[in-house]
Amino acid sequence: MPILNEISALVKRIPTSMQEILNERVIQIRAEIQQGVKKPYKQVLNLSSGDPQALSLKPLTFVRQVLAGCLYPTLLHGDTLPADVRQRVQTLLGECAGEGTWSHLETHGIRKLQHSISDFISRRDGVASDPDNIYITNGSTAAFMTLLKLFVPNGSSLQTGVLTPEPSYNGFKFALAAQGALVVPYYLREEQGWAVQLDELHRAVLTAKGHCNLMALYVINPGNPTDIHPVLSPGHVQTKDSIKDVIRFAAEERLIIMADEVTDAHKNMIVCVYQSCMIGEGMEFCSYKRALMEMGAPYSNMVELASINSISKGPMGECGLRGGYVELVNFDPSMKQNIFKLFSAMQCASLMGQIALHVMVDPPRPGQPSYPLYTNEIQSNKREIINNVRRTLGVLNSLPAITWQPVMGGMFAFPRVSFSQAAINYAQERGQEPDVMYCLRLLEDEGLCFLPGYELGMTEGIYHIRITLAAQEEIMKEALQRLKNFHLRFLKEFPALERPGGNTNPDPLTATASSVMGHADPNTPLGWRH
Amino acid sequence: MQVHHYTLIETGFVEEMTENSVVHRGKVLTLGTMNPSVKRVEYAVRGPIVQRAVQLEQELKQGIQKPFTEVIKANIGDCHAMGQQPITFFRQVLALCCYPDLLEDNRFPEDTKTRARRILQACGGGSLGSYSASQGIEIVRQDVARYIEKRDGGIPCNPDNIYLTTGASDGITTMLKLLVSGEGSSRTGVMISIPQYPLYSAALAELSAVQISYYLDEENCWSLAVGELQHALEAARQYCRPRVLCIINPGNPTGQVQSRQCIEDVIKFAAEQNLFLMADEVYQDNVYADGCRFHSFKKVLFEMGSKYSDQVELVSFHSTSKCYMGECGFRAGYMEVVNMDPEVKVQLTKLVSVRLCPPVPGQVLLDLVVNPPLPEEPSYRTFFEERSATLAMLAEKARMTQQILNEVPGITCNPVQGAMYTFPRIQLPPKAIAQAKEKGQAPDMFYCMKLLEETGICLVPGSGFGQRDGTYHFRMTILPPTDKLKIVLAKIKEFHQSFTEQYS
Repeated sequence: MPILNEISALVKRIPTSMQEILNERVIQIRAEIQQGVKKPYKQVLNLSSGDPQALSLKPLTFVRQVLAGCLYPTLLHGDTLPADVRQRVQTLLGECAGEGTWSHLETHGIRKLQHSISDFISRRDGVASDPDNIYITNGSTAAFMTLLKLFVPNGSSLQTGVLTPEPSYNGFKFALAAQGALVVPYYLREEQGWAVQLDELHRAVLTAKGHCNLMALYVINPGNPTDIHPVLSPGHVQTKDSIKDVIRFAAEERLIIMADEVTDAHKNMIVCVYQSCMIGEGMEFCSYKRALMEMGAPYSNMVELASINSISKGPMGECGLRGGYVELVNFDPSMKQNIFKLFSAMQCASLMGQIALHVMVDPPRPGQPSYPLYTNEIQSNKREIINNVRRTLGVLNSLPAITWQPVMGGMFAFPRVSFSQAAINYAQERGQEPDVMYCLRLLEDEGLCFLPGYELGMTEGIYHIRITLAAQEEIMKEALQRLKNFHLRFLKEFPALERPGGNTNPDPLTATASSVMGHADPNTPLGWRH
Repeated sequence: MQVHHYTLIETGFVEEMTENSVVHRGKVLTLGTMNPSVKRVEYAVRGPIVQRAVQLEQELKQGIQKPFTEVIKANIGDCHAMGQQPITFFRQVLALCCYPDLLEDNRFPEDTKTRARRILQACGGGSLGSYSASQGIEIVRQDVARYIEKRDGGIPCNPDNIYLTTGASDGITTMLKLLVSGEGSSRTGVMISIPQYPLYSAALAELSAVQISYYLDEENCWSLAVGELQHALEAARQYCRPRVLCIINPGNPTGQVQSRQCIEDVIKFAAEQNLFLMADEVYQDNVYADGCRFHSFKKVLFEMGSKYSDQVELVSFHSTSKCYMGECGFRAGYMEVVNMDPEVKVQLTKLVSVRLCPPVPGQVLLDLVVNPPLPEEPSYRTFFEERSATLAMLAEKARMTQQILNEVPGITCNPVQGAMYTFPRIQLPPKAIAQAKEKGQAPDMFYCMKLLEETGICLVPGSGFGQRDGTYHFRMTILPPTDKLKIVLAKIKEFHQSFTEQYS
């Protein structure tokens, strides 16, 4: 008989994702509405994940036209598609074995695409990039999962440990669990603008000693305020100096850097939203690779760096197509064959994702027919997000017991919510964290789905909710209205006396390895007590 | 204080620091610290011979003289790269879904538009660019379930048991990951056929699972004998815990189609031995030989009555990459789980959610494959003609390949009953074997490398799939266009003769 104790222990240890539970409930409620079940709302709004097109932000026309042309080359006859789209399609199809007709591009990644990506990186960093070091994957998660296979488990008897920021991208932690690596958390603190702190990294290293073989450091380095930084409430952008500090730390502690980096092809269009909601221009993105190369020897030829990028993020927002790549820098030549085996042989990236990736790294240029529309669409999506930031800030700051202080803007709002003891007790009776309880009730009562901060890893006693800002304006307005209605009702039921304080954190510096690394029961969703 | 310590490096103590701590410590990731199981992973269909083929192609482009003008990659079942034409209906609907402005374009038949609208409605925000549920878009899973019911003569299929995957490979590796557990002699053993598709051995190596090989009977058209399963299983019980039995039907690389009786025997065996059955059925529509039919494991299982159908755990895989579809680039497929414990299913769902969702365009394609145009719809005629032409051509090529290869002295080839490959046995002269061993190569690798260098034809040596000791094979796809296939076969014939002479 198929029994639970006969399946993989690793799989059993993967935490149950609150995001998944909420998504499932959203689907159920939608089905109930369709079946005519009475609800106080006509439709469910899911703003829990960074999925811009699901919230009616438009895809870039050029990307979709190129995809359509590649799929159905008959469209190349006539002028349904602009000349530069037809040109692009022909170039891409020329890469195929079949003559003139569409065929399946190389599963390893179109060779031209590897070159285009390395050109893009070289332009961005002003440092040469070798196309052979670029591996194309089905999105960034696939890149992480494959990378982890290389050193989890490792040659020693100790489990592989990976330094991971808290809060951070939940998917990365699930990937770590699935492969059997140990999460060694380092805390980012709201009071410090969510910046990586060296002393905190050192503290985390100490907690790991003897528990695991620490081999990698996961960092998120957003350079673009429209990227999907999971906690980009204050959308922290690392400065070059801070990146260099982290690199030195990795060199000293002998860690592979796994950098989740979103790099906008349109650097000059980076727009920042500051505290006062002013819009600034020209924030410079610095990649880990560029900082590393600037540091010179011994770092520049020693520190192993994997930098990951994807079409789900940034101006493309093409989550469903699944496309991403990783550039590997300074990996030992003896590893080449093994890396190739894992990335190229076992993993084939989906073609539609590869084509969109090609557009991302080689967008229409000034003077080409599609250039004006392409840039306008990006600007207009950004504008929409910026308006959403303003709108959200206005509503959140008008509500008691919620605070949000965006520093630079981003794709998410990550407000802190303070709960009264009564609310905390109420949640505890239901075996839930207060933020989880809040989000579940919000979903049931208002048909509005946000992500509880607990899922992203927070210190106990501090509660956040994550709201995506990459949504069409009407949806955002409606969502904020529902939030307002719910929150005020909630406060009537559980009055909170004060606004959330800034210094109520238990000090993470005193947290020990055993208490922070393990989630006791993986089959209880994160944020549910058992 | 370590922070201070870094400052020292910057301000003049560089040499001392680098001497002691930084430079000479080398890389973090080396063969010594690497996941030991990665070393054991091999994937022959994309191995060294394929890398050499790619090099040769580049050399040809650079104008370097070779004894051939073109590299022909007959190593991999990549239909469209081999000139198989895509199905117009699929591409039209996909183009409409990617770029819905085309819904106004009158070059697209009405039924393609209806399909596109229906699918887009099921996507978040009406766009292919949004994530789907990790198990796959609900209406696609429902359509897959209906397709399976129809295929299996009405045996019910619950959409909850359907998981959409990123190609069948993703499904297979996911299931293996779920099922492999234990340590030492209680480590999970997985039975796979020899010859096998190397994805299985690679995945097992990566998971440090124990591979239990059972041999297919070459003398008997690569058929599967339960006696052989029994024998392999008993031997394996000494050192592992056999839990899973993998079957590829129709066979890859061997091209055999399992009889209904044989499937029933395998199911009984799995039931007796308490094995989880994994049925790789991606070639289910590629059956050519007279008298051969595809029988799904699910259907046979349910026809055997509740004694089996209530008990035997089965997962079956299918994909859009093969058959008349041949759409490898979309990475689409599904798996159906049968009789899986509900608690285990929860774990499976959790595991698939780690990778978010399969590519949405692939999910759309899968929907079209399981739900093709109906006879009364405008696209039906073209669809039917295209599909029939592709299948007829494959059948013709299967027959031709077998016939021509069997004419070559020293090559014997079983009928290609199904799938897209032939796996002929080749006699190699002892001198060639000796020379291969000197070079540290498998003899059939030596043979295939030489074939590639002399003719530009890229095949995969049998050693990449596993074979009985002392026998040698290669795998070749039957996919090249008929004219080209004839040339390929003629060149192989010529090469084999000269190779045999050279080493006699």
